[in-house]
Amino acid sequence: MRPEDILMPTPVGLCCKLGGFHIDPTRPVGRALITHAHSDHARAGHGAVLATQQTLDLMRLRYGDSFAGTTQAVNYGENLELGGAIVTFHPAGHVLGSAQIAVKAGGVRIVASGDYKNVADPTCAPFELVRCDVFITEATFALPVFRHGDPLGEIAKLLHSVAVFPERAHLVGAYSLGKAQRVIALLRQSGYHAPVYLHGAMENITRYYESHGIALGELRAVSGASKAELAGTITLCPPSALTDIWTRRFPDPVTAFASGWMRIRARARQYGVQLPLVISDHADWDGLTATIAATGAGEIWVTHGQEDALVHWCTTHRLKARPLDIVGYGEEDEDAATPAPAERGAEP
Amino acid sequence: MNRFAELFDRLAYEPGRNDKLRLITDYFRSTGDPERGWALAALTGALSFPHAKAGLIRSLIAERSDPVLFALSYDFVGDLSETVALMWPKSSPSPHGAVEPTLTTVIETLSTLGKAHLPAQLARWLDALDETGRWALIKLVTGGLRVGVSARLAKAAAAALADKDAQDIELLWPSLAPPYRGLFAWLEGKGDKPVSVDPLPFRPPMLAHALDDADLQNLDAREFIAEWKWDGIRVQAVAAPPLARLYSRSGEDISKSFPELLDALRLPGAIDGELLIMRDRRVQSFNVLQQRLNRKSVTPKLIAEFPAHLRAYDLLADGDEDLRGRPFVERRHRLEDFIARLADERLDLSPLVSFASWDELTAARKDPAAAGADADAAAVEGVMLKRRDASYLPGRPKGPWWKWKRDPFMIDAVLMYAQRGHGKRSSYYSDYTFGVWTRGDVGEELVPVGKVYFGFTDEELLQIDRFVRRNTTERFGPVREVVHAADQGLVLEVAFEGLQRSTRHKSGLAMRFPRINRLRWDKPPGEADRLERLEAMIVQIERAQS
Repeated sequence: MRPEDILMPTPVGLCCKLGGFHIDPTRPVGRALITHAHSDHARAGHGAVLATQQTLDLMRLRYGDSFAGTTQAVNYGENLELGGAIVTFHPAGHVLGSAQIAVKAGGVRIVASGDYKNVADPTCAPFELVRCDVFITEATFALPVFRHGDPLGEIAKLLHSVAVFPERAHLVGAYSLGKAQRVIALLRQSGYHAPVYLHGAMENITRYYESHGIALGELRAVSGASKAELAGTITLCPPSALTDIWTRRFPDPVTAFASGWMRIRARARQYGVQLPLVISDHADWDGLTATIAATGAGEIWVTHGQEDALVHWCTTHRLKARPLDIVGYGEEDEDAATPAPAERGAEP
Repeated sequence: MNRFAELFDRLAYEPGRNDKLRLITDYFRSTGDPERGWALAALTGALSFPHAKAGLIRSLIAERSDPVLFALSYDFVGDLSETVALMWPKSSPSPHGAVEPTLTTVIETLSTLGKAHLPAQLARWLDALDETGRWALIKLVTGGLRVGVSARLAKAAAAALADKDAQDIELLWPSLAPPYRGLFAWLEGKGDKPVSVDPLPFRPPMLAHALDDADLQNLDAREFIAEWKWDGIRVQAVAAPPLARLYSRSGEDISKSFPELLDALRLPGAIDGELLIMRDRRVQSFNVLQQRLNRKSVTPKLIAEFPAHLRAYDLLADGDEDLRGRPFVERRHRLEDFIARLADERLDLSPLVSFASWDELTAARKDPAAAGADADAAAVEGVMLKRRDASYLPGRPKGPWWKWKRDPFMIDAVLMYAQRGHGKRSSYYSDYTFGVWTRGDVGEELVPVGKVYFGFTDEELLQIDRFVRRNTTERFGPVREVVHAADQGLVLEVAFEGLQRSTRHKSGLAMRFPRINRLRWDKPPGEADRLERLEAMIVQIERAQS
């Protein structure tokens, strides 16, 4: 059986005719298998949704109770028979509940990774390597310039800044789902035990993380805190809030942004942040290439990101590789992550 | 090196001057000698490494990377040093262990290392550093380490270690050499103040306060002398033949940019004056001077085309004699004598403006050409008032000196686009593109003529910000298009100092030093100025110059 007969790349996402489902479709479909709850992968309006319990819960938190016709929770490692295909979900290490989806039919196994990272993260289950024939990998940071380094080193940078500017507030822009909670966990791991303040938009999701036994220490809502109280504190907020009128409640804020994009100076300057923190929930170049090699897959499909570089790398390592043209995947927080063309070069 | 790199990295993103200062001071406090001294040298631009060129960096990465991946990466990152720093392969840990070099090691090694050994040495260091460390190293050795910190700011950060005045360090600076152990020892109270042995010291300049028309009522015309305020750059020319040096107002040594002036300084002393471009004995406009300032290398052709001239205001030292304690009238006599003795056409006296009453001076300021400035009137920026009995005091003391600028040009323009600011202003739309009316293909339209980002109060900033947010017609990233029609929009009264023709702007004009003078909430945009008015102004300016 050809891999394309099992999973067919279409403009709205990967389609499995055999099993009658799409994976992370970007438009409403009858039955969707969702890798994780970030809004570019998990959209509302599907007939039936199959995902991990956490992904379903997070989708419900974001979209409300009627985000899909019906839902079905699946455990990591559980075998599901859908049409003529066997489907299993495996931890992707990206955010809470995130999964790679393995589809097997006619002796051929394809793994659609969704977004993944193969480094430690105290806020989600670790990435599980699944051996397969075809590996569908993301390529968000698929250039050799992206090596994310030790996130604790980045947290040390933040804490040093708090020490140098104790009368200022530090605002850390971070995606509301996953990144924010990871940053808080890293702060706690670094011995920072003061209360961490939260922008209203991330309270629900963060509380959900806590309800899953992820200890995040004392958290406080920004709303209600006086300006004086916020001096010397750290606040997590969505990246788009960093340039919002909302920031005016803080005393002389230092703006930070936790993202893999912060590795590139021109990008960091585009956002106008003072403290770029290279903390990513995606695999870096070394992580992508090591994972591809370790899956044992002879064929690699590359999607959303820097496809060219990764396809080139695969080819030079004697792996069959092709880019997938699926539109609609990007970053979680569209407003902050994809600056309009006019923005480029507009700032020095 | 990584700690130094971390400082530079942070400085590169920090827009606020005071915040930069605190970061540098924190570094000086937490870093020992000689490392911090070399960092100070790097910040003040005192280091250069002749052999390390971009080509060398390129060949180093070519040996270590796939050309396709390098090309894709470079294209994405857009900066060679940064691309190389980021994609430099991780070294496998060797038994000898690549040891992270200190900044001191880098500088001391490079000062003796032959060109042939440079590539291998650089590669070893790059193996041992992290991303930021590699970036700083490559930028440092190729001379591209620019993080928006002036030499003066770096000295002020050192001074802040001990609550000393930056000016003290400025005065000592020419006699100090990296890694500045003596300086840091003094700042930390562990040593004596270094002795200035500089034969050509910079003397902190005296600056004037701006005069409001109302101030005039309280001043006695008989106590003051007036002279023209020339529109060039304020400099201090110090000579101890055969040595001579030219300083900017902030104490930066700018001798290299004006070699022809140094030759003219044949008498020992220190002159405070204005640097101008003089052609056929006529002072050229600031636009002309700017054309020389913008050039990197000073060639004989450039000197011939833009000959520098020093117009003297004051004499701070005559030979070994310090004149700064003497009254201005006396210094002026000594200056006249000094310039006469020098007898060089590249140097002359700034003429006094005679007046018997404030009314007469007001008239002179309004029409400098008729009041003695003649053909140089276009280069007159205003008048300076100096008390006859005033000593030459460093800084900006209130009372002895006043600057009274000519009235700026003024137009009513319409706000067209607003952009978010940086740092403290990043949540405010604080940079404004404004336009004036002109006849377009389809009738009346606004054409952008400039950008302003100051001149308004904090309260006005809030008002404009609110207006921008409520009247946005389109968004382009951090830029918003704001409603601008004949009957809808915001009129800004923009003041500016000059106009020149420019091919970079759609309007064909560029303004000098534009700022918001007033917000005209009361004025319908349809009544704002037209491009023809600006064109008439430029014709007038050009006529005055020719």
